[in-house]
Amino acid sequence: MNIDSIKNGIVIDHITAGKGMEIHRLLGLGNLDCMVALITSANSEKMGRKDIIKIDAPIELDTDVLGYVDPGVTVSIIRDGETVEKKKMTLPDELEGVVRCRNPRCITSTEQELTHIFKLVNPAKREYRCIYCETKV
Amino acid sequence: MINKYGIPSLLSILDLSVQEIDELVSTAEHIIANPKSYAQRCKGKKLATLFFEPSTRTRLSFEAAMYELGGNVIGFSEANSSSAAKGESVADTAKTISCYADIIAMRHPKEGAPMVAAMNATIPVINAGDGGHNHPTQTLADLLTIKLEKGRFDHLVIGVCGDLKFGRTVHSLIDAMSRYEGVSFVLISPEELKVPDYVRNAMKEKNIPFVETTDLEGAMPTLDILYMTRVQRERFFNEEDYLRLKDSYILTADKLDNAKQNLSVLHPLPRVNEISVAIDDDPRACYFKQVLNGKYMRMALILKLLGV
Repeated sequence: MNIDSIKNGIVIDHITAGKGMEIHRLLGLGNLDCMVALITSANSEKMGRKDIIKIDAPIELDTDVLGYVDPGVTVSIIRDGETVEKKKMTLPDELEGVVRCRNPRCITSTEQELTHIFKLVNPAKREYRCIYCETKV
Repeated sequence: MINKYGIPSLLSILDLSVQEIDELVSTAEHIIANPKSYAQRCKGKKLATLFFEPSTRTRLSFEAAMYELGGNVIGFSEANSSSAAKGESVADTAKTISCYADIIAMRHPKEGAPMVAAMNATIPVINAGDGGHNHPTQTLADLLTIKLEKGRFDHLVIGVCGDLKFGRTVHSLIDAMSRYEGVSFVLISPEELKVPDYVRNAMKEKNIPFVETTDLEGAMPTLDILYMTRVQRERFFNEEDYLRLKDSYILTADKLDNAKQNLSVLHPLPRVNEISVAIDDDPRACYFKQVLNGKYMRMALILKLLGV
Protein backbone atom coordinates (compact mmCIF):
# COMPACT_ATOMS: atom_id res chain seq x y z
CA MET A 1 0.00 0.00 0.00
CA ASN A 2 1.35 3.44 -0.88
CA ILE A 3 0.59 6.76 0.73
CA ASP A 4 1.89 9.76 -1.22
CA SER A 5 4.76 11.72 0.27
CA ILE A 6 3.85 15.13 1.60
CA LYS A 7 5.42 18.41 0.42
CA ASN A 8 4.80 20.63 3.42
CA GLY A 9 3.65 19.14 6.69
CA ILE A 10 4.50 16.77 9.48
CA VAL A 11 5.17 13.05 9.80
CA ILE A 12 4.77 11.41 13.19
CA ASP A 13 6.71 8.18 12.91
CA HIS A 14 7.61 5.28 15.22
CA ILE A 15 4.26 5.39 16.98
CA THR A 16 3.81 2.27 19.09
CA ALA A 17 1.45 0.00 17.14
CA GLY A 18 -2.11 0.58 18.35
CA LYS A 19 -1.53 4.11 19.69
CA GLY A 20 -2.06 5.94 16.40
CA MET A 21 -5.81 6.34 16.88
CA GLU A 22 -5.39 7.72 20.41
CA ILE A 23 -2.81 10.26 19.23
CA HIS A 24 -5.06 11.19 16.29
CA ARG A 25 -7.91 11.83 18.74
CA LEU A 26 -5.90 13.69 21.40
CA LEU A 27 -4.28 15.99 18.81
CA GLY A 28 -7.70 16.74 17.34
CA LEU A 29 -6.49 15.79 13.85
CA GLY A 30 -10.03 14.92 12.80
CA ASN A 31 -10.87 18.63 12.99
CA LEU A 32 -8.22 19.76 10.49
CA ASP A 33 -9.27 20.72 6.98
CA CYS A 34 -6.12 19.27 5.42
CA MET A 35 -5.38 15.68 4.44
CA VAL A 36 -4.33 13.44 7.34
CA ALA A 37 -3.23 9.84 6.85
CA LEU A 38 -3.23 7.40 9.75
CA ILE A 39 -1.36 4.25 8.91
CA THR A 40 -1.67 1.40 11.40
CA SER A 41 0.43 -1.74 11.73
CA ALA A 42 3.06 -0.64 9.23
CA ASN A 43 6.16 -2.83 8.92
CA SER A 44 9.12 -1.58 10.91
CA GLU A 45 12.61 -3.03 11.11
CA LYS A 46 13.15 -1.67 14.61
CA MET A 47 9.68 -2.08 16.07
CA GLY A 48 8.17 -4.94 14.12
CA ARG A 49 4.91 -3.04 13.74
CA LYS A 50 4.29 0.66 14.12
CA ASP A 51 1.72 3.35 13.38
CA ILE A 52 2.45 6.50 11.34
CA ILE A 53 0.54 9.75 10.96
CA LYS A 54 1.11 12.10 8.04
CA ILE A 55 -0.36 15.61 8.13
CA ASP A 56 -0.41 17.52 4.88
CA ALA A 57 -0.07 20.99 6.44
CA PRO A 58 2.54 22.74 8.64
CA ILE A 59 0.42 22.85 11.81
CA GLU A 60 1.54 23.48 15.41
CA LEU A 61 1.66 20.15 17.24
CA ASP A 62 1.06 19.70 20.96
CA THR A 63 4.29 17.88 21.72
CA ASP A 64 3.23 17.43 25.38
CA VAL A 65 0.49 15.09 24.19
CA LEU A 66 2.93 13.09 22.08
CA GLY A 67 5.55 12.96 24.83
CA TYR A 68 2.94 11.75 27.31
CA VAL A 69 1.15 9.18 25.17
CA ASP A 70 4.14 7.77 23.31
CA PRO A 71 7.53 9.32 24.14
CA GLY A 72 9.34 7.16 21.56
CA VAL A 73 7.79 8.83 18.52
CA THR A 74 9.74 10.89 15.99
CA VAL A 75 8.28 14.07 14.55
CA SER A 76 9.64 15.12 11.15
CA ILE A 77 8.96 18.57 9.73
CA ILE A 78 8.71 18.46 5.95
CA ARG A 79 9.25 21.55 3.83
CA ASP A 80 9.30 21.51 0.00
CA GLY A 81 9.44 17.73 0.12
CA GLU A 82 12.57 17.68 2.33
CA THR A 83 12.89 16.76 6.00
CA VAL A 84 14.18 19.96 7.60
CA GLU A 85 13.87 18.93 11.25
CA LYS A 86 13.52 15.71 13.27
CA LYS A 87 12.38 15.85 16.85
CA LYS A 88 12.49 13.16 19.51
CA MET A 89 9.87 13.47 22.21
CA THR A 90 10.51 13.45 25.95
CA LEU A 91 8.10 13.09 28.87
CA PRO A 92 6.70 16.57 29.52
CA ASP A 93 7.09 17.99 33.04
CA GLU A 94 3.50 19.14 33.01
CA LEU A 95 0.30 18.15 31.19
CA GLU A 96 -2.11 21.00 30.76
CA GLY A 97 -5.57 20.21 29.42
CA VAL A 98 -4.47 16.82 28.07
CA VAL A 99 -6.10 14.44 30.54
CA ARG A 100 -8.85 14.97 33.08
CA CYS A 101 -8.69 14.28 36.80
CA ARG A 102 -11.10 11.47 37.62
CA ASN A 103 -11.20 12.02 41.39
CA PRO A 104 -14.80 13.00 42.20
CA ARG A 105 -13.52 14.83 45.29
CA CYS A 106 -11.13 17.04 43.28
CA ILE A 107 -12.01 20.72 42.88
CA THR A 108 -11.78 20.24 39.10
CA SER A 109 -14.89 18.02 39.31
CA THR A 110 -17.09 21.00 40.22
CA GLU A 111 -15.26 24.04 38.80
CA GLN A 112 -15.70 23.56 35.08
CA GLU A 113 -13.46 26.51 34.10
CA LEU A 114 -10.37 25.06 35.78
CA THR A 115 -7.71 23.63 33.50
CA HIS A 116 -6.79 20.08 34.45
CA ILE A 117 -3.04 20.14 35.14
CA PHE A 118 -0.86 17.17 36.01
CA LYS A 119 2.79 17.24 37.11
CA LEU A 120 5.37 14.55 36.39
CA VAL A 121 6.34 13.23 39.83
CA ASN A 122 8.18 10.05 38.88
CA PRO A 123 9.79 9.96 35.43
CA ALA A 124 10.93 6.33 35.83
CA LYS A 125 7.34 5.19 36.35
CA ARG A 126 5.88 7.87 34.03
CA GLU A 127 3.72 8.89 36.95
CA TYR A 128 1.71 12.10 36.78
CA ARG A 129 -0.38 13.56 39.60
CA CYS A 130 -3.09 16.20 39.59
CA ILE A 131 -1.65 19.45 40.96
CA TYR A 132 -4.84 20.05 42.96
CA CYS A 133 -5.64 16.72 44.63
CA GLU A 134 -2.48 14.65 43.84
CA THR A 135 -4.50 11.83 42.30
CA LYS A 136 -2.65 9.77 39.69
CA VAL A 137 -3.66 10.03 36.02
CA MET B 1 3.66 27.83 47.78
CA ILE B 2 4.36 31.26 46.34
CA ASN B 3 1.93 32.41 43.65
CA LYS B 4 2.40 34.57 40.54
CA TYR B 5 2.00 37.72 42.66
CA GLY B 6 4.81 36.59 44.99
CA ILE B 7 2.34 35.88 47.83
CA PRO B 8 3.16 32.95 50.15
CA SER B 9 0.48 30.45 51.18
CA LEU B 10 0.41 27.26 53.21
CA LEU B 11 -1.35 24.43 51.41
CA SER B 12 0.53 21.35 52.57
CA ILE B 13 2.81 20.72 55.52
CA LEU B 14 5.51 19.97 52.93
CA ASP B 15 5.40 23.64 51.87
CA LEU B 16 7.36 24.20 55.07
CA SER B 17 10.98 23.12 55.44
CA VAL B 18 12.12 21.43 58.64
CA GLN B 19 13.82 24.70 59.53
CA GLU B 20 10.62 26.70 59.01
CA ILE B 21 8.69 24.24 61.19
CA ASP B 22 11.33 24.59 63.89
CA GLU B 23 10.98 28.38 63.66
CA LEU B 24 7.18 28.17 63.95
CA VAL B 25 7.48 25.85 66.95
CA SER B 26 9.94 28.28 68.56
CA THR B 27 7.61 31.22 67.91
CA ALA B 28 4.68 29.26 69.40
CA GLU B 29 6.73 28.43 72.50
CA HIS B 30 7.64 32.11 72.80
CA ILE B 31 3.96 33.08 72.48
CA ILE B 32 3.06 30.60 75.25
CA ALA B 33 5.70 32.14 77.51
CA ASN B 34 5.02 35.80 76.57
CA PRO B 35 1.41 36.17 75.40
CA LYS B 36 1.23 39.89 76.20
CA SER B 37 4.06 40.79 73.86
CA TYR B 38 2.00 39.42 70.94
CA ALA B 39 -1.33 41.00 71.89
CA GLN B 40 -1.09 43.87 69.37
CA ARG B 41 1.06 42.32 66.64
CA CYS B 42 -1.81 42.08 64.13
CA LYS B 43 -3.58 45.29 65.07
CA GLY B 44 -5.41 46.61 62.00
CA LYS B 45 -5.16 43.29 60.15
CA LYS B 46 -8.12 41.13 59.15
CA LEU B 47 -8.35 37.36 58.84
CA ALA B 48 -11.07 36.00 56.53
CA THR B 49 -12.28 32.55 57.57
CA LEU B 50 -13.86 30.98 54.48
CA PHE B 51 -15.41 27.74 55.70
CA PHE B 52 -17.32 25.94 52.96
CA GLU B 53 -18.03 23.01 55.27
CA PRO B 54 -18.77 22.84 59.00
CA SER B 55 -15.98 23.08 61.55
CA THR B 56 -15.93 24.10 65.16
CA ARG B 57 -12.40 23.63 66.30
CA THR B 58 -10.40 24.82 63.34
CA ARG B 59 -12.48 27.91 62.60
CA LEU B 60 -12.69 29.02 66.22
CA SER B 61 -9.01 28.28 66.69
CA PHE B 62 -8.12 30.56 63.77
CA GLU B 63 -10.47 33.23 65.07
CA ALA B 64 -9.10 33.00 68.62
CA ALA B 65 -5.56 33.11 67.23
CA MET B 66 -6.25 36.30 65.27
CA TYR B 67 -8.04 37.99 68.19
CA GLU B 68 -5.17 37.15 70.53
CA LEU B 69 -2.82 38.83 68.07
CA GLY B 70 -4.97 41.97 68.20
CA GLY B 71 -6.48 41.49 64.73
CA ASN B 72 -10.03 41.17 63.48
CA VAL B 73 -11.97 38.40 61.77
CA ILE B 74 -14.53 38.33 58.94
CA GLY B 75 -15.93 35.35 57.07
CA PHE B 76 -18.57 32.66 56.81
CA SER B 77 -18.97 29.24 58.32
CA GLU B 78 -20.93 27.34 55.68
CA ALA B 79 -21.15 27.41 51.89
CA ASN B 80 -24.87 28.25 51.96
CA SER B 81 -24.16 31.63 53.48
CA SER B 82 -21.60 32.58 50.82
CA SER B 83 -21.78 33.37 47.11
CA ALA B 84 -20.68 29.79 46.44
CA ALA B 85 -24.39 28.99 46.79
CA LYS B 86 -24.95 31.25 43.77
CA GLY B 87 -22.30 29.38 41.83
CA GLU B 88 -19.32 31.69 42.36
CA SER B 89 -15.99 30.02 41.64
CA VAL B 90 -13.30 29.58 44.26
CA ALA B 91 -10.98 31.74 42.14
CA ASP B 92 -13.45 34.65 42.09
CA THR B 93 -14.15 34.26 45.82
CA ALA B 94 -10.41 34.49 46.52
CA LYS B 95 -9.99 37.58 44.35
CA THR B 96 -12.95 39.24 46.05
CA ILE B 97 -11.86 38.45 49.60
CA SER B 98 -8.38 39.77 48.76
CA CYS B 99 -10.02 43.22 48.57
CA TYR B 100 -11.35 42.96 52.13
CA ALA B 101 -8.85 41.02 54.23
CA ASP B 102 -5.13 40.54 54.82
CA ILE B 103 -5.06 36.75 55.07
CA ILE B 104 -7.45 33.86 54.32
CA ALA B 105 -8.04 30.60 56.17
CA MET B 106 -10.07 28.30 53.91
CA ARG B 107 -11.80 25.00 54.50
CA HIS B 108 -13.45 23.35 51.52
CA PRO B 109 -14.87 19.87 50.90
CA LYS B 110 -13.15 19.63 47.51
CA GLU B 111 -9.50 18.61 47.36
CA GLY B 112 -7.29 21.34 45.95
CA ALA B 113 -9.76 24.20 46.46
CA PRO B 114 -7.34 26.17 48.70
CA MET B 115 -4.70 25.80 45.98
CA VAL B 116 -7.06 27.40 43.48
CA ALA B 117 -7.64 30.20 46.00
CA ALA B 118 -3.90 30.62 46.61
CA MET B 119 -3.21 30.82 42.87
CA ASN B 120 -5.67 33.70 42.50
CA ALA B 121 -5.51 35.63 45.78
CA THR B 122 -3.31 38.64 46.39
CA ILE B 123 -3.13 37.80 50.10
CA PRO B 124 -1.80 34.63 51.81
CA VAL B 125 -4.10 31.60 51.95
CA ILE B 126 -3.94 28.98 54.68
CA ASN B 127 -5.43 25.58 53.89
CA ALA B 128 -7.69 24.83 56.85
CA GLY B 129 -8.59 21.41 55.42
CA ASP B 130 -9.50 20.38 51.87
CA GLY B 131 -11.58 17.22 51.83
CA GLY B 132 -9.52 14.14 52.63
CA HIS B 133 -6.40 15.76 51.22
CA ASN B 134 -4.41 18.11 53.48
CA HIS B 135 -4.83 19.83 56.82
CA PRO B 136 -1.45 21.41 57.54
CA THR B 137 -2.41 23.51 60.57
CA GLN B 138 -3.69 20.42 62.36
CA THR B 139 -0.28 18.91 61.72
CA LEU B 140 1.36 22.02 63.14
CA ALA B 141 -0.75 21.51 66.27
CA ASP B 142 0.32 17.85 66.35
CA LEU B 143 3.96 18.81 65.96
CA LEU B 144 3.95 21.37 68.76
CA THR B 145 2.25 18.79 71.00
CA ILE B 146 4.88 16.19 70.17
CA LYS B 147 7.65 18.72 70.83
CA LEU B 148 6.16 19.82 74.16
CA GLU B 149 5.39 16.26 75.31
CA LYS B 150 8.50 14.47 74.04
CA GLY B 151 11.02 17.30 73.83
CA ARG B 152 12.10 16.14 70.37
CA PHE B 153 10.90 15.09 66.92
CA ASP B 154 13.44 12.34 66.23
CA HIS B 155 13.69 8.68 67.28
CA LEU B 156 10.01 8.12 67.95
CA VAL B 157 7.69 5.20 67.20
CA ILE B 158 4.41 6.70 66.05
CA GLY B 159 1.25 4.61 65.87
CA VAL B 160 -1.58 5.99 63.77
CA CYS B 161 -4.90 4.26 64.19
CA GLY B 162 -8.33 4.33 62.55
CA ASP B 163 -9.19 5.83 59.19
CA LEU B 164 -5.85 6.02 57.43
CA LYS B 165 -7.43 6.17 53.99
CA PHE B 166 -9.43 9.39 54.17
CA GLY B 167 -7.72 10.77 57.29
CA ARG B 168 -5.96 13.85 55.95
CA THR B 169 -4.37 14.59 59.33
CA VAL B 170 -2.67 11.21 59.20
CA HIS B 171 -1.21 11.82 55.75
CA SER B 172 0.13 15.23 56.75
CA LEU B 173 1.55 13.90 60.04
CA ILE B 174 3.36 11.10 58.20
CA ASP B 175 4.72 13.62 55.67
CA ALA B 176 5.96 15.91 58.41
CA MET B 177 7.43 13.33 60.80
CA SER B 178 9.06 11.31 57.99
CA ARG B 179 11.64 14.06 57.70
CA TYR B 180 13.12 13.42 61.14
CA GLU B 181 15.79 10.84 61.88
CA GLY B 182 14.88 7.56 63.50
CA VAL B 183 11.10 7.96 63.20
CA SER B 184 9.08 4.84 62.40
CA PHE B 185 5.36 4.28 61.97
CA VAL B 186 2.87 1.59 62.94
CA LEU B 187 -0.18 1.96 60.71
CA ILE B 188 -3.20 0.42 62.46
CA SER B 189 -6.44 0.23 60.47
CA PRO B 190 -9.07 -2.09 59.04
CA GLU B 191 -8.17 -3.45 55.60
CA GLU B 192 -10.63 -1.09 53.90
CA LEU B 193 -9.15 2.02 55.48
CA LYS B 194 -5.41 1.45 54.94
CA VAL B 195 -3.25 4.37 53.80
CA PRO B 196 -3.54 5.21 50.08
CA ASP B 197 -0.85 3.90 47.73
CA TYR B 198 0.75 7.28 47.26
CA VAL B 199 1.38 7.64 50.99
CA ARG B 200 2.73 4.08 51.27
CA ASN B 201 4.93 4.49 48.18
CA ALA B 202 6.32 7.80 49.41
CA MET B 203 7.34 6.12 52.68
CA LYS B 204 9.01 3.26 50.81
CA GLU B 205 10.89 5.64 48.53
CA LYS B 206 12.21 7.57 51.53
CA ASN B 207 13.11 4.32 53.35
CA ILE B 208 10.90 5.21 56.30
CA PRO B 209 10.36 2.11 58.48
CA PHE B 210 6.68 1.23 58.83
CA VAL B 211 4.45 -1.75 59.49
CA GLU B 212 0.77 -2.13 58.68
CA THR B 213 -1.44 -4.05 61.09
CA THR B 214 -5.04 -4.44 62.19
CA ASP B 215 -4.02 -5.20 65.80
CA LEU B 216 -4.04 -2.10 68.05
CA GLU B 217 -3.37 -3.97 71.30
CA GLY B 218 -0.48 -5.90 69.78
CA ALA B 219 1.18 -2.71 68.62
CA MET B 220 0.58 -0.77 71.86
CA PRO B 221 3.76 -1.64 73.87
CA THR B 222 6.07 -0.37 71.11
CA LEU B 223 4.54 3.07 70.74
CA ASP B 224 5.84 6.45 71.93
CA ILE B 225 2.88 8.24 70.38
CA LEU B 226 -0.57 6.90 69.54
CA TYR B 227 -2.45 9.09 67.08
CA MET B 228 -6.12 8.07 67.08
CA THR B 229 -8.51 9.19 64.33
CA ARG B 230 -12.23 9.19 63.76
CA VAL B 231 -13.87 7.28 60.92
CA GLN B 232 -15.46 10.24 59.14
CA ARG B 233 -19.02 9.80 57.94
CA GLU B 234 -18.67 12.69 55.48
CA ARG B 235 -15.90 10.93 53.52
CA PHE B 236 -18.07 7.93 52.60
CA PHE B 237 -20.30 7.77 49.56
CA ASN B 238 -21.96 4.69 51.03
CA GLU B 239 -23.60 4.85 54.47
CA GLU B 240 -23.41 1.06 54.89
CA ASP B 241 -19.62 1.10 54.61
CA TYR B 242 -19.45 3.84 57.22
CA LEU B 243 -21.64 1.96 59.69
CA ARG B 244 -19.64 -1.22 59.21
CA LEU B 245 -16.28 0.48 59.85
CA LYS B 246 -17.01 3.26 62.33
CA ASP B 247 -16.38 1.25 65.50
CA SER B 248 -13.29 -0.59 64.29
CA TYR B 249 -11.07 0.79 67.05
CA ILE B 250 -12.14 2.09 70.44
CA LEU B 251 -9.38 3.03 72.86
CA THR B 252 -10.38 2.06 76.38
CA ALA B 253 -8.47 2.23 79.65
CA ASP B 254 -7.69 -1.51 79.66
CA LYS B 255 -6.04 -1.22 76.24
CA LEU B 256 -3.55 1.23 77.75
CA ASP B 257 -2.46 -1.33 80.37
CA ASN B 258 0.40 -2.59 78.26
CA ALA B 259 1.33 0.83 76.85
CA LYS B 260 4.45 2.76 77.84
CA GLN B 261 4.02 5.02 80.87
CA ASN B 262 5.19 7.98 78.81
CA LEU B 263 2.98 7.24 75.81
CA SER B 264 1.27 10.33 74.39
CA VAL B 265 -2.24 9.79 73.02
CA LEU B 266 -3.15 12.35 70.36
CA HIS B 267 -6.37 12.84 68.40
CA PRO B 268 -7.22 15.65 65.97
CA LEU B 269 -10.78 15.73 67.40
CA PRO B 270 -13.73 15.72 67.24
CA ARG B 271 -13.98 12.21 68.61
CA VAL B 272 -17.15 10.19 68.42
CA ASN B 273 -16.48 7.11 70.49
CA GLU B 274 -13.01 6.00 69.43
CA ILE B 275 -11.47 7.20 72.71
CA SER B 276 -13.31 6.40 75.91
CA VAL B 277 -13.92 9.50 78.05
CA ALA B 278 -12.47 7.49 80.95
CA ILE B 279 -9.05 8.08 79.41
CA ASP B 280 -9.38 11.87 79.45
CA ASP B 281 -7.91 12.12 82.96
CA ASP B 282 -5.02 9.75 82.19
CA PRO B 283 -1.81 11.82 82.04
CA ARG B 284 -1.06 10.18 78.70
CA ALA B 285 -4.11 11.81 77.09
CA CYS B 286 -2.85 14.87 75.19
CA TYR B 287 -5.72 15.62 72.81
CA PHE B 288 -7.11 18.65 74.61
CA LYS B 289 -3.60 20.08 74.99
CA GLN B 290 -3.36 19.56 71.24
CA VAL B 291 -6.37 21.86 70.73
CA LEU B 292 -4.68 24.63 72.69
CA ASN B 293 -1.39 24.07 70.91
CA GLY B 294 -3.25 24.43 67.61
CA LYS B 295 -4.16 27.98 68.49
CA TYR B 296 -0.56 28.89 69.32
CA MET B 297 0.74 27.38 66.09
CA ARG B 298 -1.92 29.22 64.07
CA MET B 299 -0.81 32.44 65.76
CA ALA B 300 2.79 31.70 64.79
CA LEU B 301 1.73 30.89 61.23
CA ILE B 302 -0.35 34.06 60.80
CA LEU B 303 2.63 36.12 62.00
CA LYS B 304 4.94 34.36 59.56
CA LEU B 305 2.66 34.70 56.52
CA LEU B 306 1.82 38.33 57.27
CA GLY B 307 5.49 39.07 57.90
CA VAL B 308 4.73 40.99 61.09
